[in-house]
Amino acid sequence: MTTVTAAGRTATGSDATSPPTTRKRKPMKSPYPSWFFIPAGVFYVVLFLIPTIASFYFSLTRWTLFDVEFIGFDNFVRFFQEPQLVTGFVNTFIYAFLTSGAKVVLGLLFGVLLSSQIIGRGFLRATIFFPVLVSTIGVGILFKVLMDPFDGPINQTLAVVGIQGPAWLTDPSIALLSVALVDIWKGVGLATLIYIAGMVAIPQEYFEAAKVDGAGAWNNFRHITLPLLRPATVTVVLLSLIGGLRSFDLIWAMTGGGPGFTSDVLASVIYKQYQAGFFGLSTAGNVVLFVVVAAIIFPLSWWLNRKEADQ
Amino acid sequence: MRSVAWKWGGGSVAILVAIVVFIVPFLFIVFTAGKTQAEASFLQFSWPTEWVFFENLATVLQNRDWLLVRAFVNSTLLTVGAVAIMVVLGAMVGYVLQRRKSRWNPLVNSLVLAGLIIPPAVVPTIWVLQGLGLFKTLVGLIAVHVAFGLSFCILLFRAFVATIPRELDEAAIIDGAGPVKLFFRVVFPLLRSVIVTVIVVQAVFVFNDFTYALYFLPGDDNATVQLTTFNYISQSVSSFNLLFADVLLITIPPLIMYIFFQRQIVAGMTSGAVKG
Repeated sequence: MTTVTAAGRTATGSDATSPPTTRKRKPMKSPYPSWFFIPAGVFYVVLFLIPTIASFYFSLTRWTLFDVEFIGFDNFVRFFQEPQLVTGFVNTFIYAFLTSGAKVVLGLLFGVLLSSQIIGRGFLRATIFFPVLVSTIGVGILFKVLMDPFDGPINQTLAVVGIQGPAWLTDPSIALLSVALVDIWKGVGLATLIYIAGMVAIPQEYFEAAKVDGAGAWNNFRHITLPLLRPATVTVVLLSLIGGLRSFDLIWAMTGGGPGFTSDVLASVIYKQYQAGFFGLSTAGNVVLFVVVAAIIFPLSWWLNRKEADQ
Repeated sequence: MRSVAWKWGGGSVAILVAIVVFIVPFLFIVFTAGKTQAEASFLQFSWPTEWVFFENLATVLQNRDWLLVRAFVNSTLLTVGAVAIMVVLGAMVGYVLQRRKSRWNPLVNSLVLAGLIIPPAVVPTIWVLQGLGLFKTLVGLIAVHVAFGLSFCILLFRAFVATIPRELDEAAIIDGAGPVKLFFRVVFPLLRSVIVTVIVVQAVFVFNDFTYALYFLPGDDNATVQLTTFNYISQSVSSFNLLFADVLLITIPPLIMYIFFQRQIVAGMTSGAVKG
C-alpha cells in the first residue's frame, strides 16, 4: 500500500491540511511503525515482565531487599508444610471456584430474567450492576458491619423471624464462605450484564422458528439460549476465575484472613509475609499463585475456545 | 395472559428483592453517616433521630489535618495521570497491532494476554521501583497502574481499530500524512467512542484500587482515598458514623461516573461477551 504514496501526493498537494512534503521517504517504510510499541513496551517490560521473571529467582532466596541469600527450594517446602500457608493455598481454590460457579449460575438466571418482558427492567439492571463499581474496600467495611454476629442488621433481622443467625465472619468454619457470599453480591452484576449482552446477540428468528415448531419455554432455553450463550459463559468463567484466584482486598477488609488464618488466601498470605519482612517467602507465594493461575486459566481457556470452534 | 402476569408479578417481586438486597445496604451507609456517634454504634438500619450528616462529612474531611482532602487530590492525580498515559500508549499499540501483520504480532498478542491473566509479582516490583527511585511516590504508582492496565486497553483498541476502514489511512497517506500524523490526526479522533469507554472503565478501576496503593504507596503522607478508610478502621473503631461518612464520600465519584457513562461502562466491561 505504500507504493501509492509517491504518485498520489502531487495530485493533492494543494490540500491545506498537509504541508508540502519535499522530504524523501524510503519506499518500503510502513505507515504503521513498529516503534509505536516501544513506549507501552517500556512500562510493560520494566514494571511487569522484569518483576515477573525476577520473582522466579527471588522465590529461591532469603531476601530483605538489601540482602539476598540463595536457599534453593526452602521457601516452597515451607509453603507446603506450614499449616497456615497450606490453608491459604486450599482456600484460594475454594474461594475462586465457589464465587465463579455462583456468578455463572446466578448471572445466567438474572440475565435471562432481565432480558424478558418485565416491568422495571432498566432499574433492575442498573441496581444489580452498581456494586461492581463501588470500592471493594467500601463494600467490605459495609458488610463487616452488617454481618456483625450480635448487633449486625442481618442477624437482627433473622432474629425477628426466629432464626439464630450464624457468626458470619468470626466462625472459622464459615468465615471464608461469608466473604465469598459478599464477593458474589458485588460481582454478580457484571456476570448478569455479560449474559444480557450475549442474549441480545441471539437472532430473534431462532425463537420464531422454534415457536413454529412448537417448542416451549424450556426447550427454547435449553436448545437455543444456552448453547448460544456459550461465549458469554466462557467470558464469565474466565473473568471471575482470574479475579477470584487473585482476590485480596475484600478478604483483607472483612476478615484480614482471620479468625486465625482460616480465611487466608494466597494473595493475603503474600501480603502478610511481605509485611513480616519475609520477602523471599512472599515472592514464593507469588510464584505459586502465578503457577496456579496459569495452570488453571490457560488450559481452561484453550479448552473452552476449542469446543466453541468445533460447534 | 401468562406473560402479563409474568410482566407485572415477576417484575414486582424482582424489584422488591433488588431493593432489599442492593439498595438497603447502600441506604445503611447513608443513614449511618447521618447519625450521631452514640446512635450509630447500635448498627441499626433506621432513620437517624437526629441528622448530623454534614457535621460528620466536615469532621471526616478535616480529620487528621485534612487527610481525606489530600487523599482526594492524590487519587485524582493518580487516576488522571494513569488513565491518560494508558489511553494514548494503549491506542498506539492496538492500532499498529491490528493494522500491520508482522512477525512481532504473535509475541505482542501473547504478552497482552499474559498481562491480563498473570498476577503481578508484588515484591519484585517494589524492588524495581526502588531501583528507579520511584517506590512510595505517586509517579511510581501511576507507572505501575499503566503497566498493569495496558493489556485491557490494547484489547479494546485493537478490536475497535478493525472497524475503521483502511481506505481512510490510505487517503491520509496520499495526502502526505506521515505515520505520526496519520495516527494522531486521523485515526485517534475516530477512536473517540472506545476512548470514552476505556477512560471510564479504567478510571473507576484505578480510583477504586486498594491493593496496589497498599503495596506501592504506603504511608499517610500521600495516601489514596481507599487507604483512608482503612486507616479509619484501625484508628477509631467506635465512630461508625464517621467511618461510613468516609465510605460514602469515596463511593460517590464512581457512582457519578456510572450515572453519566452507564452505556460506555457496560459496553467496556461486557466487551468480551459476544466474541468470546
